[in-house]
Amino acid sequence: MKMPGTDSKGADSKRALAHRWLLAPAIIAITLLLLVPLLFTVLLSLGILNVGNSENTAGTGAWQSVLGDGFYWWFLVKTLLVAGVSTLVAALLGYPPAYFLATSRSRWRPLLLLLIVLPFWISYIIRTMSWINVLGASGAINEAAMGLGLIDTPWPLLYNQVSVIVGLVHFILPFMILNIYVALDGLDESLPGAAKSLGASSWQAFCRVTLPLSVPGLAAGSLICFLLAAGSYVTPIILGGPKDAMFANLIYEAMIIQLDWRTGAVLALLLLGALGMVTAIAARFLGLERIGRAAA
Amino acid sequence: MTSRTVLGLATGAIYAFLFLPLAAVILLAFATNQFGGFPIEGVTLQWFADLWANDAILAAVRTSLVLGLATALISTAIGVLAALAMVRHDFPGKAWVAGVLLAPLLVPEVVLAAALLLFLSWMGVPRSFPLLLAGHVIFALPFVILVIQARLTGLDPAYEDAAKSLGASPVQAFFRTTLPLLTPALLAGALFAFTISFDNITGTLFWKPGGTETVPTQIYAMLRDSVSPEVNALGAVMVVGTVLVFLVGLSAMRVSYHERTD
Repeated sequence: MKMPGTDSKGADSKRALAHRWLLAPAIIAITLLLLVPLLFTVLLSLGILNVGNSENTAGTGAWQSVLGDGFYWWFLVKTLLVAGVSTLVAALLGYPPAYFLATSRSRWRPLLLLLIVLPFWISYIIRTMSWINVLGASGAINEAAMGLGLIDTPWPLLYNQVSVIVGLVHFILPFMILNIYVALDGLDESLPGAAKSLGASSWQAFCRVTLPLSVPGLAAGSLICFLLAAGSYVTPIILGGPKDAMFANLIYEAMIIQLDWRTGAVLALLLLGALGMVTAIAARFLGLERIGRAAA
Repeated sequence: MTSRTVLGLATGAIYAFLFLPLAAVILLAFATNQFGGFPIEGVTLQWFADLWANDAILAAVRTSLVLGLATALISTAIGVLAALAMVRHDFPGKAWVAGVLLAPLLVPEVVLAAALLLFLSWMGVPRSFPLLLAGHVIFALPFVILVIQARLTGLDPAYEDAAKSLGASPVQAFFRTTLPLLTPALLAGALFAFTISFDNITGTLFWKPGGTETVPTQIYAMLRDSVSPEVNALGAVMVVGTVLVFLVGLSAMRVSYHERTD
């Protein structure tokens, strides 16, 4: 690929244009493998371009049949609800350890922090599957309860909506803890102290000073967790029953099982639009850069 | 009980929530139980031997290793160039470019998976290994760029300038000063990319050709029936293996950190 201006002889202008060559592979890769495919998906959903056995009449027919079908709306709402509940639970469960880590002076603190990062490196499918060993009919909880004589037949803990949420929370919790931790760790320690010296109780100082100041971390963590949960495909299949599928499962079902690529395209764009709206609203309050950092 | 004790106990409970299920996987990998459940009836290494004799799993491990290494190689090569541009150069539209480089993080994985499959099918690329590789590179690229960028920011370009003023060509200067200093970050980025590829399942399920399995999709297929002790054994190997790699990577980073500061 020839860039304009690369023929110039001056070393300065060469250096000034070097960034184009350095960026070209990454930008081309992302354009061809992400941006163009997204654009293509829009064109396919409108029937302007066709692939496979998708019906080749241009128009909004595929959109109308999806948007006019309450089934898809119900799935979208349910998916957002499940993601919202999982995020809320993760925030409630994640705050205490984040606060503990940020305020700890223990020499174990570096190790405890490392343990929060460790799950990112451990296989997602193994982490998800591990809950079958805990919640299953012969899992740890049921066997313990039966061993203690509390029950005769196992509780149906697995393959329902709750077990899906447990799996999602287990998956997103480290993201939440880290984001809250970063916000709390950057906090000036003298601020809650100042509140206390002015007569506030520890609890009041926390509620009026520490908690509000940690809201940016809480919000960034919540957004990341929400997006991850709302897009999850594997967790509902492994830990849920047939009724607990989420929106990503619909996309796979339409595209890979039914080979109805045009409907799959509409569904993918619908999910992208819904989550994009959530992100846009959050970005107004947080700034996009912060979200990028939280995601990483 | 002081409030600090309550906080400590709550934190302990969360750590238990995070790690006890994995402990159950490792425990059950050594249990004689045929159907992979509690209570543990006896201790055996049989499931690990079964793993080693399972051709489908070994094939999946090979596929995942090749895919992970190729992903690491390509995304690190592309990523280091982009990171150099972002850290060492100023140009109009930089914030916009930064947004594009992070775009794969902002699009839900399942949407990226669907869009890439649709577009490449239209281009005549079927569900195949090249499609898998392209997808994994896109997933890994933003992480690689961020990791290398973070390290580059702390590197003084004066080294490279000094080499140039001593008569090295810009290319020589880069290869003899910046690149060696950047090696830990390149390895970290590559390790990141490898892990992302090795762990990926959603995109992989969309892109893999029939008959090809990676480690996660193989486990996924095995889970369709129930959790067999063999899956627990594979899980135990992966968890322990990851922790070991994690510790090695950590100590390597420590060594390079000390080299830098000494």
